[in-house]
Amino acid sequence: MVTSNALVYLIALPLFGSVVLLLAGRRADKWGHLLATALPAGSFVIGITELWAMLDRSPQERGVTQKLFEWISVGSFKIDAGLLLDQLSICFVLLITGVGTLIHIYSISYMSHDSDRRRFFAFLNLFIAAMLLLVLADSYLSLYVGWEGVGLASYLLIGFWNQKPTYATAAKKAFIMNRIGDMGLSLAIMIAFATLGTVSFAGIKEAAPQASTAALTAIGIMLLVAAIGKSAQFPLQAWLGDAMAGPTPVSALIHAATMVTAGIYLITRSNFIFDAAPTAQLLVVIVGAITLLFGALIGTAKDDIKKALAASTMSQIGYMTLAAGLGPVGYAFAIMHLLTHGFFKAGMFLGAGSVMHGMDDEVNMRRYGGLRKFMPITFVTFGLGYLAILGVPPFAGFYSKDHIIETAFNAGGSKGIIIGSVALLGAGITAFYMTRVMILTFTGIPRWDEKAHHPHEPPILMWLPMAILAIGSVSSGFLLSKGDALVNWLAPLFEHEAGHEVELLKPIVVTTLALAMVAAGVAIALIKYVRSSVAKVAPENVSVFTRIARRDLLQDDFNEAVFMRPGQGLTATLLKTDEVIIDGAVRGVARLAVGSGSLLRRTQTGFVRSYAALILIGALALIAAIWVVTF
Amino acid sequence: MAWLTLLMVLPLLGSVVIATLPKSNELAAKRWALVTTLLVAIATIAVAVGFQRDNVDMQFVESYKWIPSFGINYALGIDGIALVLILMSTILAPIVVLAGWNEAHGGRWSVKTFYILILVLETMVIGVFAASDLFLFYVFFEAMLIPVYFLIGGYGTGARSAAAVKFLLYSLFGGLLMLASIIGLYVISGTTTGGHTFDITKLSELHNSMSSITQNLLFLGFFIAFAIKAPLWPFHTWLPDAAKAATPGTSVLLLGVLDKVGTFGMIRYCLTLFPDASKTFTPIILVLSLTSILYGAFLAIGERDIKRLIAFTSISHFGFITMGIFAMTSQGHSGAIFYMFSHGFSTAALFLVAGWMISRRGSSTIADFGGLQRVTPVMAWMFFFAGMSSLALPGLSSFVSEFLVLVGTYTRYPVHAIIATFGIVLAALYILIPVQRALHGPITPGNEGLRDLNLREKIAIAPVIAIIIAFGFYPSPILNVINPAAAHVIAKLGFTDPVPTAGGK
Repeated sequence: MVTSNALVYLIALPLFGSVVLLLAGRRADKWGHLLATALPAGSFVIGITELWAMLDRSPQERGVTQKLFEWISVGSFKIDAGLLLDQLSICFVLLITGVGTLIHIYSISYMSHDSDRRRFFAFLNLFIAAMLLLVLADSYLSLYVGWEGVGLASYLLIGFWNQKPTYATAAKKAFIMNRIGDMGLSLAIMIAFATLGTVSFAGIKEAAPQASTAALTAIGIMLLVAAIGKSAQFPLQAWLGDAMAGPTPVSALIHAATMVTAGIYLITRSNFIFDAAPTAQLLVVIVGAITLLFGALIGTAKDDIKKALAASTMSQIGYMTLAAGLGPVGYAFAIMHLLTHGFFKAGMFLGAGSVMHGMDDEVNMRRYGGLRKFMPITFVTFGLGYLAILGVPPFAGFYSKDHIIETAFNAGGSKGIIIGSVALLGAGITAFYMTRVMILTFTGIPRWDEKAHHPHEPPILMWLPMAILAIGSVSSGFLLSKGDALVNWLAPLFEHEAGHEVELLKPIVVTTLALAMVAAGVAIALIKYVRSSVAKVAPENVSVFTRIARRDLLQDDFNEAVFMRPGQGLTATLLKTDEVIIDGAVRGVARLAVGSGSLLRRTQTGFVRSYAALILIGALALIAAIWVVTF
Repeated sequence: MAWLTLLMVLPLLGSVVIATLPKSNELAAKRWALVTTLLVAIATIAVAVGFQRDNVDMQFVESYKWIPSFGINYALGIDGIALVLILMSTILAPIVVLAGWNEAHGGRWSVKTFYILILVLETMVIGVFAASDLFLFYVFFEAMLIPVYFLIGGYGTGARSAAAVKFLLYSLFGGLLMLASIIGLYVISGTTTGGHTFDITKLSELHNSMSSITQNLLFLGFFIAFAIKAPLWPFHTWLPDAAKAATPGTSVLLLGVLDKVGTFGMIRYCLTLFPDASKTFTPIILVLSLTSILYGAFLAIGERDIKRLIAFTSISHFGFITMGIFAMTSQGHSGAIFYMFSHGFSTAALFLVAGWMISRRGSSTIADFGGLQRVTPVMAWMFFFAGMSSLALPGLSSFVSEFLVLVGTYTRYPVHAIIATFGIVLAALYILIPVQRALHGPITPGNEGLRDLNLREKIAIAPVIAIIIAFGFYPSPILNVINPAAAHVIAKLGFTDPVPTAGGK
């Protein structure tokens, strides 16, 4: 493979930024955000030049590697600190640095009134560096460093305003649920080493064809656990809604466009494992199918604009997971949806931030309404994202989502029909809840106090990134699927045996069905929210279903009842056991040893001499014993 | 040149100088202690530079007859394992002195006595790692207790006397068991090798001529002493009390350095002197290790006192170390030794920052803090960083060691490794819960005026952080020293690393 010395700078630039901003302290308040914005932009430029160089090479030779140094080497466990940039990672590099830079620009203005803006930018840069390491690592263990690094950055940014206890709790929850996923990643690496003797991508790819299915299945399932945690998939999805406690640019970058898609990257990157482990692959599909419905259902009941978008993210990543679980036919579509989603969801989150900016940080959509007139740019950019997520042609989501639904139907047998139907149903529900968001926020009569709020368009530093992302929402799907551009680009990475697909439904049928579902969803939302007036306070007398959906389908309640409370009980019991039984036994033995216990009492008042004497006696006993045996 | 003796004599010289100072001149005592410990650290680094890392024999060997009639020698020598631990100890010493500049005030005795005790302790710690004569080791092992006892009982807080006594009684109990085993070995050496000896190399040949019962009993004498020192469940209850009562600096030396004598002893003495017994007891020890990992973590999660909490996290960490040692793979073994090194610095960071928090607030109850990130940001972030190191965040040195232990255990004992992996979730809980309570949320009344770290404190913590990060990204300098020694121990026990199991379909 071609080697390059430039890869490390992709990561080093933003890492440098975060270190400088953190160490310089208040001195950097004036210029820190500018430096922090310039550095990911620099990485983006490097990424573009790398892409340029890749295009010059033949499809099989596009990968670039860079070995930095030997990281860990013990016995046969040898891991290099090495980087790998290939057709898959370049997609992520450009998404991370491109969208990342836009969100940095947006944040300059969005966070301008925050006294800790420099710290915010330091963490954003840290995130970019860690995310780049995640997608550039050439082994699972190096990937782990980036994996946990983005988790750390996510924790720090969710809890950026952690003076508010609920925000601090949200951050902690995200970290801990991600650590459950990390257990999966740890175990996957351990199993890979124990069974295949290597943990590098290249090494495992080479060893996988000879390996037993059982080993590959175990590795695959553990990688899925990791992906579930990071990508907020069922049943580890409960942290994502709470993560909206972070400033909105963070929600756009980390909890919509990039970090939460790391699970998709992991599964796609591990294609050589999943392709040979059908059971693990089926589980991926099931998780994706459940989550895409789960998220969509939660999305229908949320009044908080960010939480509605978060539920939608969960659901859209469910689509990607589903596609990734379909194997070589699905990987490219998973990545395509990931990229288009990166544009339209980041754009909508920035739009939500713009609305909050104009509405004094109000997030409850029941107190919005009619904002279209006051914030036309936000309305248009958000609206383009809305059309994209719905999958209306020719917007981005149409291309990416339709492909996934089609591939799902064509997966074969009853499995194909079930997951295809789920994906189709999800599209309908998505249309419903997103239309609800649009109506509640931008149309109808204002439900806010016109004296208290003065909604206005944000400054150019905020709306420009929104506009650029909106262009992506419009065009990215068309560009990526024109002439199967992305599919062909990624093809050399995946072992695609053509001719195996069954065609259950023709593309035109799928498109028609999907559009019909979307139309139905939109229509229901229109009837429900345009015709009737919207209550300013969420009504209480709603169906059980709505109440359950408002509570995130009871996942928190389940986790609390099954894990948290028994865990607290166990902790309390162990604390008591330690004090009463273990330490009690020790104290009992000690008391017994000194007979009446008077000595113990005396010594506890600080009579050191008796201890010195004890040691002396011990030493003498040793000498005496030796003397006895020697002579 | 007698480098190891020099390392041991330097602190003693420093303590003599301090002893001659007038009691009132506290500043001079502190400065002398700092200069002395710095010199020792520099000398140790010089030793490390001269160490031949691929040579598995003892290096910097010195041997003089001490009590010839008993076959006792003043014999020193270090392998890679001992070198890394001495390096860790002597680097931590000046950091502890500088970080706890004022912690000797309010003690039962004078400031200069405090530093004399610290320096004497440093000598003994070097001695205990460098001794290659069993009798000499035992002398240091027991004598080490004396300065620690006085440091806890004389300069600690709260129920310091009771804690010091508990520490001493536990240790003496273990010491007596070990003493019995040492005598046993000595007797056997007289009947089989033709002359009584305490030379470790010679003693390590004795196991061939021991019955398995003898070997098991002698092994237990050593193992229990080391399990108390480490400490391993269920011999751990002295540690939280001692850690709570001791000054932060003493706690660093106690948990970061002294406890490593236990795990070091398991490798140097249990495994090499009693290889068959070690294998016999491995299943039990692995269960004790797992119990320590989970039990320590659960207790840490429920603990409300910051110092006791750190002590419980250490019990969990020591479980990882013993698991790695007894997994008998090169990754587990090297990982365990590297874990000892990393844990020294993680624990130092936690205790030192916690100590500064406690001295400012006048309380060690976690609930009394709150909102520190907005009052004392530097101190708060340092505590957070120390916590990340404790939960083995990838990229930090603790991750390298913890992962090596896990992967090394998995290849031979997959079930144990899987259970131990739950420890990484529990670690997130026991770190993030106190982090949230102490650093986040609104500022708890009474904390508004707390001062942030001063320059001295920043200088003290900086090298700890630098080491934790540097060896996380580039652990080779340490691993390259550890690997040959660890592989040598494993090979002598007759173990080879398991080969990949799924190589062929």
